[in-house]
Amino acid sequence: MSDQPLFKVTIDNVTVEVPAGTTILQAARQAGPEVAPPAMCYYSKLEGSGGKCRTCLVEVSKGSEKDPRPMPKLVASCRTTVMDGMEVKNYTSERVLDARAGVVEFLLINHPLDCPICDQAGECHLQDLAYEHGKAGTRYEFQRRTFEKHTLGDKIQLHMTRCILCYRCVMVADQLTKKREHGVLDRGEHAEITSYLEKNLDNEFIGNVIDVCPVGALTDKTFRFKNRVWFLKPLNAHRDCEKCCGKVTLWNRGDEVFRVTARKDQWGEVEDWICNDCRFDKKKTSDWVIEGPREIARHSVISANKYIGLKKPTETIDEVIGKKPRLFMDINKVSGVNRKDIDLSLIEGPAHSIDFDKDK
Amino acid sequence: MNIQFSEEKLNKVKEIIARYPEGKQKSALLPLLHLAQDEFGGWLDVPVMDYVAELLQLKPIEVYEVATFYTMFNTKPVGKYLLEVCKTGPCMLNGSDDIIKYIEEKLGIKPGETTPDGMFTLKPAECLGACGYAPMMQLGKFYKEHLTKEKIDALIDECREGKAKIN
Amino acid sequence: MKLLLENAHIEGIRFFEAYRKHGGYRSVEKALKMSPAEIVEEVKKSGLRGRGGAGFPTGLKWSFLAKPEGIPRHLVCNADESEPGTFKDRYLMEFLPHLLIEGLITSSYALGSNATYIYIRGEYAWIPDILEQAIQEAKNNGFLGKNILGSGFDCEIYVHRGAGAYICGEETALIESLEGKRGNPRIKPPFPAVQGVWMRPTVVNNVETLAAIVPIINMGGEEYGKIGVGKSTGTKLISACGNLNKPGVYEIPFDLSVEDFIYSDEWCGGIPKGKKLKACIPGGSSVPILPANLLLTTAKGEKRLMNYESLSDGGFQTGSMLGSGGFIVLDEDQCVVKHTMTLAHFYMHESCGQCSPCREGTGWMWRILKNIEQGKGKMEDIDLLWDVQRRIEGNTICPLGDAAAWPVAAAIRHFRDEFEWHVLNPEEAQVRNFGLAHYADELLIQN
Repeated sequence: MSDQPLFKVTIDNVTVEVPAGTTILQAARQAGPEVAPPAMCYYSKLEGSGGKCRTCLVEVSKGSEKDPRPMPKLVASCRTTVMDGMEVKNYTSERVLDARAGVVEFLLINHPLDCPICDQAGECHLQDLAYEHGKAGTRYEFQRRTFEKHTLGDKIQLHMTRCILCYRCVMVADQLTKKREHGVLDRGEHAEITSYLEKNLDNEFIGNVIDVCPVGALTDKTFRFKNRVWFLKPLNAHRDCEKCCGKVTLWNRGDEVFRVTARKDQWGEVEDWICNDCRFDKKKTSDWVIEGPREIARHSVISANKYIGLKKPTETIDEVIGKKPRLFMDINKVSGVNRKDIDLSLIEGPAHSIDFDKDK
Repeated sequence: MNIQFSEEKLNKVKEIIARYPEGKQKSALLPLLHLAQDEFGGWLDVPVMDYVAELLQLKPIEVYEVATFYTMFNTKPVGKYLLEVCKTGPCMLNGSDDIIKYIEEKLGIKPGETTPDGMFTLKPAECLGACGYAPMMQLGKFYKEHLTKEKIDALIDECREGKAKIN
Repeated sequence: MKLLLENAHIEGIRFFEAYRKHGGYRSVEKALKMSPAEIVEEVKKSGLRGRGGAGFPTGLKWSFLAKPEGIPRHLVCNADESEPGTFKDRYLMEFLPHLLIEGLITSSYALGSNATYIYIRGEYAWIPDILEQAIQEAKNNGFLGKNILGSGFDCEIYVHRGAGAYICGEETALIESLEGKRGNPRIKPPFPAVQGVWMRPTVVNNVETLAAIVPIINMGGEEYGKIGVGKSTGTKLISACGNLNKPGVYEIPFDLSVEDFIYSDEWCGGIPKGKKLKACIPGGSSVPILPANLLLTTAKGEKRLMNYESLSDGGFQTGSMLGSGGFIVLDEDQCVVKHTMTLAHFYMHESCGQCSPCREGTGWMWRILKNIEQGKGKMEDIDLLWDVQRRIEGNTICPLGDAAAWPVAAAIRHFRDEFEWHVLNPEEAQVRNFGLAHYADELLIQN
């Protein structure tokens, strides 16, 4: 559409030109990951998403060329469209960073922080967000919120305590399936995701709720506790599927397929939805045509060098917890895989145990 | 229990749906849930909600989502008389704490509980919009204002004798 | 001067006959001879400001309404009154239902709404019957329904009952609720004036605002605009409650002083048992609490009046807001910490849970306040509380976040010593309420 007017927007001093109707967040993503605000609830492929988590708040320091007044409040960049000549401050605004630190704190006060046993660890947006904008330690002294356990069937695991109520999974069920069976019940801090009647979610595309979940609230039961994502090698693969595009990422260890997910772009969003057959049932390498390694662009420990250049906490663990931690074992002594000198992403093809053999 | 509105109620349902534009029958959800709760024992059991979903051609989960959002819909059984005592700001200033405590002692139940005979449920409520007539409570459809211990005694007696008007 | 409640005492005014006999429905007769644009102009001239709490100019709001061809528009009356301390709309609907219906007909005509809805809070369970009867009476007398008074204008008014959610007083949450959904506020834009109920252009106005349309049309916008002080035009209903000799609903002129309102026998008649005035929340629980000295006089030393400008004089540092007119008075024996705690619980209970600062922050504030109130608090908790409210305010989808943060902020701002006393005297804090100096009689003006 060449006749559409282009608007000039400046985000953290980077200027881009975008079509009218683009949101600040989308414009910022075009400008590059250095200025793009984080997003926990917004998902470009889900209609009506965004606005809820408040992590993407930015400061509009100049409204537009015509009306240069700044906006008085911070705005949710995912739901605010750009104006011509708009100037936005994201990482360059103290106000934004302070508000975002507040949002991270709010999201974490009732989070169980069970990353060590959470399957999402390593590719969790909340981990990234906390690392980049959060503080070590908590000021919350009360008991964390718990929920009654609900089941969503034998393929999808629900951990309500980890949920940040982004509503993405509800939108997936609404927009990808004909009949939604789960939703957000109750309200306020008791609001929870459930099917209310312990119904199994049953739809050919419902597995996509796992991919859109930014945290470990919805995880793949067929992969549960089987491995850590950073020990796996992501591979692009495809198969002829009559239900979906059939283009997936396999998460392999050697020849073994541990998990199948949709392919995610650098913002953590899927490129195309995949069906349950591809996700849950095709767990043999021979089911797939392997295309090659998949680069994971921006997500925590599975992407190499993700945290380079970031300011890391200076406190030692002793300072944070107020005492010397008691270590049960030195993981590097007993495990062959957690070795600093081996960079998984540098290994061509699937990683095999021989790659981790110390005496190699 | 047979979950089915009477002919008369079904006409009421039709009339309610007709208040909203065509195809927007979901708008009738709150009024219908009120109607169903009054009709089927003062609370919304799953079959009741499913019935309402069917009447409005909604997915059952849409009804559960709404029913659990609003405090006036009970998704668990309640006593015949639901004593909803306001405890927010202005009522607190006028002694709602004492009123709640008095009811607790008198009926031997804690907030949220129902008496063993199924007569009374005590439910502390947030502001009911009667701040100038505090302390107060809602009993069924009506407000009981300027509460005192004596008034509570009289009210509970009325309920026990079946004389209290709630609808 | 009374514009709304003048006839409230008349026997049978709830019914059409008496209401009509005392001049009712004149405004409809007059309005239907005017063009809709002329009515909007009159409302603009009147300077009427929304009576629901925000005080936004009503005429301006009406002029924002989009009017695309072929798409119906709706007027929705916000009767979800649930701000603690406010009960004026209930009074209007219960005793003067026809006044609201009259205002609604004229406003519907001005906005082009053929189907108008009254969204009333579910707890006011007996009022829909009163309103529906009034609607039926108006219909029987040709003021509602098809071709009203031969003008060619059709209008139906429907009553829609909510079911217990403070958040549905927020206009976009109200719209969601009217659509049969959870009361989750929408993310704006689009604004209701463009896409409201069923994605159609919608105006949402408070009960009292719509009732005020009646005198505006009757006397003309310009005349109405002359009543009052500055940008506070007309009169205002105040719901007076808390520790007062005569709590209730009052229609006040905007030049009334706060002091007269509390102490004069014509109004609230002072504080029971001759106790001292400690503090007051002048505009519904969400607005900042003021200690007595700052309530009666502004920081500049002027008498504070019951109007938009005077009550907000000094900003949040030394002032408050008129808000919805819920006037909550605390006497010397009341504990500000405990009162703030009950309000914090209210906001926690009423948060829809959609956005993170409000969902998590409101509960956190309540828990900290509960600890302090029960004598389990630490000095750092007061600063923490301040920090939590600061990070909720302005960062949420809808104003409930601000409404939850402001009372806490103001309580700490003006009564920090009382919070500290709770921390320092934990045992005493548990057994008795506590009053501190800031009393009106002592009039300690802080600069």
